[in-house]
Amino acid sequence: MIQVVLPAHLRALAGLQGDVQLEIDGPVTRQAILDALEARFPMLRGTIRHHVGGERRPLLRFFACGEDVTHEPADAPLPDAIASGAEPFFIIGAIAGG
Amino acid sequence: MSNVRVLVGTRKGAFILTSDGKREKWDVSGPHFAGWELYHLKGSPVDPNRIYASQTSGWFGQIIQRSDDGGKTWFQPGTPAGAPTTTPEGMPMGESNKFVYDSSAETGKPLTTHQFYDGTPHPWEFKRVWHLEPSLDDPDTVYAGVEDAALFRSTDGGQTWKELPGLRGHGTGAQWQPGAGGLCLHTIILDPANRERIYIAISAAGAFRTDDGGATWKPINKGLRSQYIPDPNAEVGHCVHHVAKHPSKSDVLFMQKHWDVMRSDDAGDSWQEISGNLPTDFGFVIDVHAHEPETVYVVPIKSDSEHYPPDGKLRVYRSRTGGNEWEPLTNGLPQSNCYVNVLRDAMAVDSLDSCGIYFGTTGGQVYGSADAGNTWAPIVRDLPAVLSVEVQTFE
Repeated sequence: MIQVVLPAHLRALAGLQGDVQLEIDGPVTRQAILDALEARFPMLRGTIRHHVGGERRPLLRFFACGEDVTHEPADAPLPDAIASGAEPFFIIGAIAGG
Repeated sequence: MSNVRVLVGTRKGAFILTSDGKREKWDVSGPHFAGWELYHLKGSPVDPNRIYASQTSGWFGQIIQRSDDGGKTWFQPGTPAGAPTTTPEGMPMGESNKFVYDSSAETGKPLTTHQFYDGTPHPWEFKRVWHLEPSLDDPDTVYAGVEDAALFRSTDGGQTWKELPGLRGHGTGAQWQPGAGGLCLHTIILDPANRERIYIAISAAGAFRTDDGGATWKPINKGLRSQYIPDPNAEVGHCVHHVAKHPSKSDVLFMQKHWDVMRSDDAGDSWQEISGNLPTDFGFVIDVHAHEPETVYVVPIKSDSEHYPPDGKLRVYRSRTGGNEWEPLTNGLPQSNCYVNVLRDAMAVDSLDSCGIYFGTTGGQVYGSADAGNTWAPIVRDLPAVLSVEVQTFE
């Protein structure tokens, strides 16, 4: 089971109390995680990736196992620890203002 | 028994203030959507418990929220017509935040470019909804004014949105450029006497009007003079801050421009300055008394760089003559060391017999007057910076 940590605002929007657990078939990539996340929580569509083009919102970043994977290809495999659920996949809002 | 409901959008959430017709004691609910910017909330005149809200964030984009019970509970309106309203797990669907500019060949491919601050062409990029204007006839129909400037309409209660492309596509769109707050469509006025007529205003493009329900548009800026642009009398390029209109006067408009308070008696075809004896004619808000079409309110702000009242005195100015002759209203407002701003959508009036006036400040105060501005009192003092104020009247 993949663990995903969301920013507090997105947890509130999705009505979540804690982190997200996702089941993914096939390779575990950022694209696959975001697709699964938006499929389960449609109210998050457009909040992490733009509706048109699907590009990342500029003030959001992605981290896996302590590494910034924001600028890695969306279809690049994520570390085994993410795929196994041993480590969470972080979606983080940039600290830019209050 | 009459009562009023004041809808307040702030930098960090929404608040709903309610009172009976005396407007002395208030209940405050909120923050709703805590931590998010609430640019605007407005109720349907047909079904007042239907309220639309623009929830937005520089991080996470645009969300449209809707309440069908007067603001007690909220939800994202949902999915395209005919699609399931929940996921298999029972979560509500959330397509309501999808604002996509029209680029279809059928409507002339209006998605070209506008001017950036430096005059270079810049593609339209959706950022947020500044203003929501529910239809006068149908609670499921609502207009949205957005940044970058365009007008959208939903006819299914906010589930899906479609641009009215004739506005951007009418011919001057490529010349529009952003004001300091962005290229925002911030004012939408529906005319109760003429359902085909809509007025809108854009910073910093100007005012525009349609007489065919939004299919075709024309600039209505003749008479505006803006010395801060290359051609002060240009057809477009004026930084209109807000426009107000009395429901009974189809052709009379009042405008607070970047500088200058203006009036039109011919539906915007021409404008005359009515700044008169105001201490400064810069400002953002303007509104009209509910029962006196020639009674107008503004809050003068010192200048375009000093966004606070002159002399540290928060004064609403009222004209009972449709402009030019203004009187300061100060009773109950701070008259020293006050350096707040009042943003363009942050003033509204109720329609009780003794007309109530309300405005919010960037300092988090919402002031109300139950006697048309003669006396004022703070309803709340310490909210986040107020972005918008709307009022619903129940009689």
